[in-house]
Order: sequence, then C-alpha cells, then structure tokens
Amino acid sequence: MTPPSERPLTAMIDPATGPPDCAAYEHAGGWQATRKALSSLAPAEIIDMVTRSKLRGRGGAGFGTGQKWSFVPKEPATDRRKYLIANADEMEPGTFKDRLLLEGNPLQLIEGMILAAYGVQAGHGIIFLRGEYDLACTRLHRAIGEARQQGWLGGNILGSGFSFDIHVHSSAGRYICGEETALLTALEGRRATPRSKPPFPQTGGLWGAPSVVNNVETLCNLPHIIANGPEWFAGLGLGEDGGTKIYGVSGRVAKPGAWELPIGTPLRQIIEEYAGGMRSGYRLRALLPGGASTAFLDAAAIDVAMDYGSVEKAGSRLGTGMAIILDDRTCPIGMIRNLEHFFAQESCGWCTPCRDGLPWVERLLDAIEDGTGQDEDMDQLARHARMLGAPGRTFCAHAPGAMAPLVSGLKLFAADFAAHIQQGRCPLQAGA
Amino acid sequence: MLTAENPLPAPVRAEILALAAQELYPRGASVAALRLVQARFGWVSTTHLREVADLLGMSADDLDGVATYFNLLFRRPVGRHVIMLCDSVSCWIMGREPLCAHLCRKLGIRPGETTADNAITLLPTVCIGHCDHAPAMLVDNALHGDVDTAILDHLIDTLRDMP
Repeated sequence: MTPPSERPLTAMIDPATGPPDCAAYEHAGGWQATRKALSSLAPAEIIDMVTRSKLRGRGGAGFGTGQKWSFVPKEPATDRRKYLIANADEMEPGTFKDRLLLEGNPLQLIEGMILAAYGVQAGHGIIFLRGEYDLACTRLHRAIGEARQQGWLGGNILGSGFSFDIHVHSSAGRYICGEETALLTALEGRRATPRSKPPFPQTGGLWGAPSVVNNVETLCNLPHIIANGPEWFAGLGLGEDGGTKIYGVSGRVAKPGAWELPIGTPLRQIIEEYAGGMRSGYRLRALLPGGASTAFLDAAAIDVAMDYGSVEKAGSRLGTGMAIILDDRTCPIGMIRNLEHFFAQESCGWCTPCRDGLPWVERLLDAIEDGTGQDEDMDQLARHARMLGAPGRTFCAHAPGAMAPLVSGLKLFAADFAAHIQQGRCPLQAGA
Repeated sequence: MLTAENPLPAPVRAEILALAAQELYPRGASVAALRLVQARFGWVSTTHLREVADLLGMSADDLDGVATYFNLLFRRPVGRHVIMLCDSVSCWIMGREPLCAHLCRKLGIRPGETTADNAITLLPTVCIGHCDHAPAMLVDNALHGDVDTAILDHLIDTLRDMP
C-alpha cells in the first residue's frame, strides 16, 4: 500500500484536469475516512482524534479545532438542530488559499464537513462562500449534487443513521462576514454586524442553535486525519503544530503563488525557494506574514518558522499564512495607507471607535503620504494605534487587526514617516 | 419590457418565495433574493426592494440595511458591464493605481461612474483572492489576472461591442 501523501490537501489538485468527480476522488483515497467514521467511530472519538492531531484553525485565529468542537452540546443530531458551517468568505487581503481548495477539490471540503458534522452531531451544513468566487460556486454546486446523488449527503448516509446535507450561501462581499458571529448574523439575513459573546456560537449560534464555524482549509484536513490517524498528521508539522499549511506569497517576488508545506516551514525557504526570491532590481524590505491584519516583520526576521507560536514570538501572527512582501521601491506609508483604507471601508460601523477612528487614521496617512502631514499627526496616529489596537475597546477584533500593521509600521518605518513630513512629499512612488 | 421600475415578474416572485421556503425563517433568503433581482435587472431598485421585503416579511428599511451593507449589491443603476478593479494591498503594490488612471482616461469617467453610452461602470473592489496574479480585476463575474494596459484596452473594445 502506498504511504499517505505528505501534501494531503493538494494531492488531488491539478489545475489542468479540474476537480475530481466522486469516482476519481474515491480512487485517489477519498471517502475512506467517511466509511471508517460512520461504520466504526463514535462522534466523541472523532473529536478526540482531531484534538490529538494538533490541528489549529486555519482561518487566522489558530484556535484548536478539537477544543472548539468540545463546547458543542452532545445530543445526537436527530434530537437537536445544530449547524456545521464552512467559512469560505476568504477576504483577508493577500489571501488566496481557500480559493485553491474550493476550486481544486470541492469533494475534499464536503467530506471534511461530513466528518466535522458527524463529530459534533450537526445535521445541517452551510458553506458561506464569498460572492466573488464564481468558479468555486459552480464547482461546489456540482460536487454537492453529485455527492447527494451517490448517497454521501442526505438521509441515513451509508446506512449509518446519520443524516447531513449542505447548502451553499453565496454572500455579497463584506470582509467582516469572515468574523464568525458576523457570519451568523449574515446568514440570518440581517446587516452583518458581529455579536457579543457569550453566547458562543457552539451553544447559541445560527437562529439560536448550536453552530460550529470552521475555515475551509481546517475542514479539508479532516479526511486525512481520520483516514491516516492523528499521530501521522501531528508528525507532518515541523514544530509544535500538526499538519501542513498552505502558504502563499504575493508582491514583487519572482514567482508569486501558494504551496502546501509542513506547518512550521521557515519563511525564508518559502520566499527564496518557492517564491523564487525577489524580482531582479528589488530588495525585500519587510512583510506581512499572514494577511493585512498581521503586524509587519522586518526583512531580518525571515528565518522565523511559520507556525503559530514562532510568528507570535517574532512579534506578529501567522494569520492566514499568506505573506505580502514590501520591497525597497514601494513606499511603506503608502502601503499602510492602502491597508487602513481597506479597514476603514470594511468597518461595519456598529461601534464608534472603529467607525470613526479608522477613517481618521486613513486621513492622517493620506496627509502624510501626500506631503501635507504635520509632526502632530504622528502623535494622533500613535494615540489611535493605542486606543484602537488594544482588545476590548472595540466590539470585535476588526480594529485591533487594522492596527497591527500600523503599530508595527510606526516603529519599523519611523524614518520614512519623518522623511515624508520633513520633505513634504513621498520620497518613493508606488507602482513605479 | 423588463425594467427596474415595474413590479417584479411573477416567475421572479415565485423564485424568491422558493428561496425563502428553503430557509428556517424567510429573511434568511434576503441576500439570495437581492442577488436574484440584481442578476435579472442589473441593480436593486427601490420598487423591487419593497416587493422583496414584502415577500420575505421584512420592512423595506430593514432589507435596505442589508442591501446597502454589501459591496456586490447595487442600489443604483450600473452599465451593461461592470469592471471591478482590485484596490487592496497586493494589487496596489503591483501597480493598480496607474492602471486605474489609464482606465479612467480611456473611459472618460472616474471610479464609481458609468460611461455615457451606458456600456461600462468602473468600481474599485477589495481583494478578490487572485494576489499571485496581481493586479487583478473582475469583469462582470469573470476573473482576470496579471492585468496591464494592453489587456485593458482590448477589454474595453470587447465590452463596448457586447450587448
């Protein structure tokens, strides 16, 4: 028997042939985990295996997946309405990993959802898909239709007595819907503002029912954990975390892209080996390791291992694991202005500090970048960074996330800020 | 003729009710229903918004709160084609600003506007998850990457000739 792939998430993904159908999926090892789970594993054993696999949520927060599930009330799905929701609202700027999984192998996500739903005993599945992912939408609908026709979804799957089906919710574009309580509010057809916790979704989620929201990449790992065992999965990681991770790089590197690698792969290897290093004529200056809401790391920090603990120790967050590169010919203040424009626009407006503070930050950065900034503006920026950056002063994590690149940028690019204000212009121009 | 100021045709109303019936509560279909109306008429007029609200058992203001919340739902008319040029960080680094300026010059409009012949509306959009092919854009529903001025010039000519 061939050993399981060390790149389990992407083993079946081939852009040239398109996603596998049910037969091709099964031939390549798919559905094994579902057969095993539904015939010989109790729901509690699924949760235990996922906990032991050291799988942490791949959406950005990195919460232990098994632990997240452990808070769901244990009644069987037949006795209580519960929801298992795939968060496919991939909108973190610089992030394009879930698209790869959704378009490349939708059945893998479906199987992951069946396993998660069986574990927490949820009868209702929803894929919350961002509205812009048109191809993913078509492929998901086709895959769900086929899986339903062949008995992998619907009533009494494989004669196990467990029933589960999946509905695709196509959203209409709003970053905050990726926040799990805002996502639930969106599914209830309301203006999608985050909710206060408690109740946590696991006990009072969609329409008040227990609900689990997991990221697409998180769910896609489950078939491999159940089929090959938690110890095998935990062993794939190079450090404390289990499994592989889809890493990506964008910006002025030779070969921007996304690659599945052992979790904990050094950032230097990802940038130099996989992304081919910097384009000729450009030097690496700094980077955001895991999307727009992670703090800048200096070029000198690129030997960091890309796992949750190591990136945090280096002063940032693993986030989505999709790095955005700042080169030496792009203005760091321009880049931060672009990031804060995004966060200001995508603020849901529910709480005042975020709704009013982020546009203020954007205007201050506008002035500095456009050459009309004053010394006092730096004090204002620092004050906003302090007020909005600390958790607990705003309703959700949107503003603290927005402040991560600003707080780190104020330190790392202090000389650039000063030069803009002193010279009354931007010494560099973006896109030059 | 189908226009946004006439009541919704009966088949569209039936489709909206069918969407609502799939949900535990009808309002769960609000985004799907608004998207359906927009797919047919290009945007969501106030006449249609009121009708949808009525079908879902919501107040019109409540539903408008939803409609105005989402980037992809249009509460104003747009041209026959919509170009959404990504303005998030990776595309910005890779030169989306000069491309946007080029588009504006060629089309004679600013972002947020529609050409006089009603062919093209230009909008900025947040990251569309195509950062390894930045600068990227959506044209109607189709994704385009590694965009340059030659691609844009060809695109504009093609869109103007399309219905």
